[in-house]
Amino acid sequence: MNAFSAALVQEKHTGPARELIAFAVGQQEFCIDVMAVREIRGWTPATVLPHSQSYVRGVINLRGAVLPIIDLAVRLGFPPVDAMGRHVIIVVKVRSQVVGLLVDAVSDILTVTDAEMLPPPDVASDMAKHFVCGLLGMDGRMISILSVENVLPEREDGEAA
Amino acid sequence: MDSLRQIFFQECEEQLAELESGLLEIEGGSEDPEIVNAVFRAVHSIKGGAGAFALEDLVRFAHVFETVLDEVRKGRLSTASPVTETLLRAADVLADLVRVARDGGNVNEERIHTAADELAALSGAPIGANAEPEEEVSFEDFGFTPVAMDFPVFDDIAVVDTASVEAEAEPDATTYTITFRPHPSLYTNANEPVVLLRELSRLGDAQIVCDTSTIPTLEELEAEGSYLAWTITLATTHEEDDVRAIFEFVDGDCDLEITTGDLASGNDEPVGVDDDIAALLARVRGEFTDTATESASPAVSDTDIAHAGGSASVDNAAVAAIVVANIEAEAAKPTPEAAKAPAPAKAEKAAGSDAPSTNQTIRVDLDRVDRLMNLVGELVINQAMLSQRLTDAGLARDSEFATGLDEFEQLTHDIQEGVMAIRAQPVKSVFQRMPRLVREVAAITGKKVRLVTEGEDTEVDKTVIERLADPLTHMIRNAIDHGLETPDKRLAAGKREEGLVRLSASHRSGRIVIDIADDGAGINRQRVRAIAEEKGLIQPNAQLTDEEVDNLIFLPGFSTASTVSDISGRGVGMDVVKKSIQALGGRVSITSRPGEGSTFTLSLPLTLAVLYGMVVTVAEQTLVVPLTSIVETLKPKAGDIHGFGGDSRVISMRNNFLPLIDVGRELGYRSQPADPGAGVALLVESDGGAHSALMVDAIQGQRQIVIKSLEENYGRVPGVAAATILGDGRVALILDVDAIVAASRSGASTSETAFALAG
Repeated sequence: MNAFSAALVQEKHTGPARELIAFAVGQQEFCIDVMAVREIRGWTPATVLPHSQSYVRGVINLRGAVLPIIDLAVRLGFPPVDAMGRHVIIVVKVRSQVVGLLVDAVSDILTVTDAEMLPPPDVASDMAKHFVCGLLGMDGRMISILSVENVLPEREDGEAA
Repeated sequence: MDSLRQIFFQECEEQLAELESGLLEIEGGSEDPEIVNAVFRAVHSIKGGAGAFALEDLVRFAHVFETVLDEVRKGRLSTASPVTETLLRAADVLADLVRVARDGGNVNEERIHTAADELAALSGAPIGANAEPEEEVSFEDFGFTPVAMDFPVFDDIAVVDTASVEAEAEPDATTYTITFRPHPSLYTNANEPVVLLRELSRLGDAQIVCDTSTIPTLEELEAEGSYLAWTITLATTHEEDDVRAIFEFVDGDCDLEITTGDLASGNDEPVGVDDDIAALLARVRGEFTDTATESASPAVSDTDIAHAGGSASVDNAAVAAIVVANIEAEAAKPTPEAAKAPAPAKAEKAAGSDAPSTNQTIRVDLDRVDRLMNLVGELVINQAMLSQRLTDAGLARDSEFATGLDEFEQLTHDIQEGVMAIRAQPVKSVFQRMPRLVREVAAITGKKVRLVTEGEDTEVDKTVIERLADPLTHMIRNAIDHGLETPDKRLAAGKREEGLVRLSASHRSGRIVIDIADDGAGINRQRVRAIAEEKGLIQPNAQLTDEEVDNLIFLPGFSTASTVSDISGRGVGMDVVKKSIQALGGRVSITSRPGEGSTFTLSLPLTLAVLYGMVVTVAEQTLVVPLTSIVETLKPKAGDIHGFGGDSRVISMRNNFLPLIDVGRELGYRSQPADPGAGVALLVESDGGAHSALMVDAIQGQRQIVIKSLEENYGRVPGVAAATILGDGRVALILDVDAIVAASRSGASTSETAFALAG
């Protein structure tokens, strides 16, 4: 179905196509650019970081590197979930920083063109303003495009250090 | 170009180090001509490289410097102490110039001029005269038009005239006949004879003749062979060294003959004239005394026979056939070609060249080593994980698994050591900077100081070395400024006028130990005490042992210098030293005896990539406490723990009350204080030598851990120094003991604000 809709999309709109990876967080669908994604892996218990923001789950070992895990549910303003085996970590790289995003499940790969992306509506929610940079309407679903950079934790020491 | 520049500056560093150590040896009374040669070569290489990058200031100064060293090399200038002092100062200036060329910034013009003047005074020539040749070879466009190379037929002789006009031979121009026959390796190394010939023709009027006689028939012709040779007749006012300098980068990749005089008179048989050369050498030696003063006439100053006795100035007409073939590119390799050397000079050069042949080395990008290091770190973790899994599965007792595992562990360990060894460097690179510092500080304070260094070959990780320079600089300054007495006081105390500072390094039980010892007055404990009391660092009636008094100088804000000098004495010295050493996982200690001097001892880990840590559990989290900060561990009795104020607790130990820090609360793992009776206390030493006790739930054991950065992907976490990965594959945090202790001191206020926010 998805492949079909993607093909349809391609037909309807010309222009550069982008691939987005869609996932579910707290009953809603979100997506990010597939180019930012390094890998997708299952949940493993994280080591809690002291004095961290509530949405920072902790750090895990990613083949020798220390990978901070962001609980996207908390980050996007949903109630926290008990992470279990079925949860998924999407490992993304933004600039030189590698971070894991904890999501409920990964659903699709979408191919869309810029023309299909709609600007986010003006709503009061902080989440919408800060994290969502666009919307996609697709077969009656609404998928929010996340700005990965804004999802990352603010660095306490800053890059200036 | 940038990478070439980088390589040039790297090489400059090495040359400067060689220069300084060579000069110091000369100062120490060594008369080995090889050292003089090495020093000369160092300056010459810097000059050559700087020329290629058009660093004119550097070239100009290096040239003056080189001229003086040449005099020394030729034995015309003795290396008595005032001369070596000037040379050392010049080396410092040269190092400054290199640094400015690399990093930008300003040069102290005055200093350069003073040094240049001093040098010029030594070489006995006015500076103008020295600087002049440099102007001529500077890299401006001289209106040169490219040479038209013309090869009508191969067995013909192609005559190429430089486009430069029929330069009337200048009055005192010398005619050199240069035979240049590239080896295939010259082309392999991406050199281009045309460029060299073009450079040559810039020096004067050049007649270039290409010798195509060795070109084989087409079937035999190797595409990558070298068949052409050139004979250049060059009329120039430049000295032979300048001519030779053009070929500097193709040393060893070509046969090069430079003769003075006309082609006709000697070119045909330059190789068969051993007797003539011997005769000439004899003449050169004989004439040496007469000619030394005639500096106006063109001189044949052959660098390679310099230590044979001197140079000579030879009449224009005389045929001086001094032949030097195959100047080795790397002097360290006296190649077999030495055997077919046409002149005695050659043999001598081969025998005397860079005698201590250095080990072969390669330059490796530090990134690659770091990547390898990371991989090895992962290997270590994986090995630990595997062994833990086998144990969990109950297989570790099976002898086959057990042996396999043991061997794997051994291999991993060996690989780890091997990679560490790649990163290890001798401390020499830091120690080498110290003589200059000592000279400068001695000059400012008016004290006489001799620096003795020992154990320069002791190796330690590169990152440790890099971060060692600042504390060492500080401590040496302190040793001279505060430790040593003035010459009068020393004489009065019956000591030698010259103070001694000894800097030594050695390996001791897996750590590197660096001692900085002076033979000065020792720490004046009464004064230290008085100052500490005055500054409110200790209570007036505090009972302190000598050792404790000595350690007061490490307290922030302590300074014994009554006047603030620009060397030391801002009162930030020793506590900064201690901090930076502790940041490296090291310790500083002092021993001091009144009247006999003080010794500062630094003890540092050999690497920053791994550390020994105690693995502990706090509120079900696994943490690692660096072993270096743990003094002892104990299981406290409930009776030893006392409440102190609303929230704090102290533990009594050997008649002393120490703050008891609940790590779990400090890190926010739990809000209620843990039951002290159920836990373990780690007695730790933190900033300023203060002791405190850290409460943890249990100790799991000690092990070597690989340090992983948290900041790379996340950022700084208060109270946490870094992370590591344990055998079960999980991340454990490494505790920053100093930060935890500091946070607990100011902790009351933070918890209050927390309450305020909650309420």
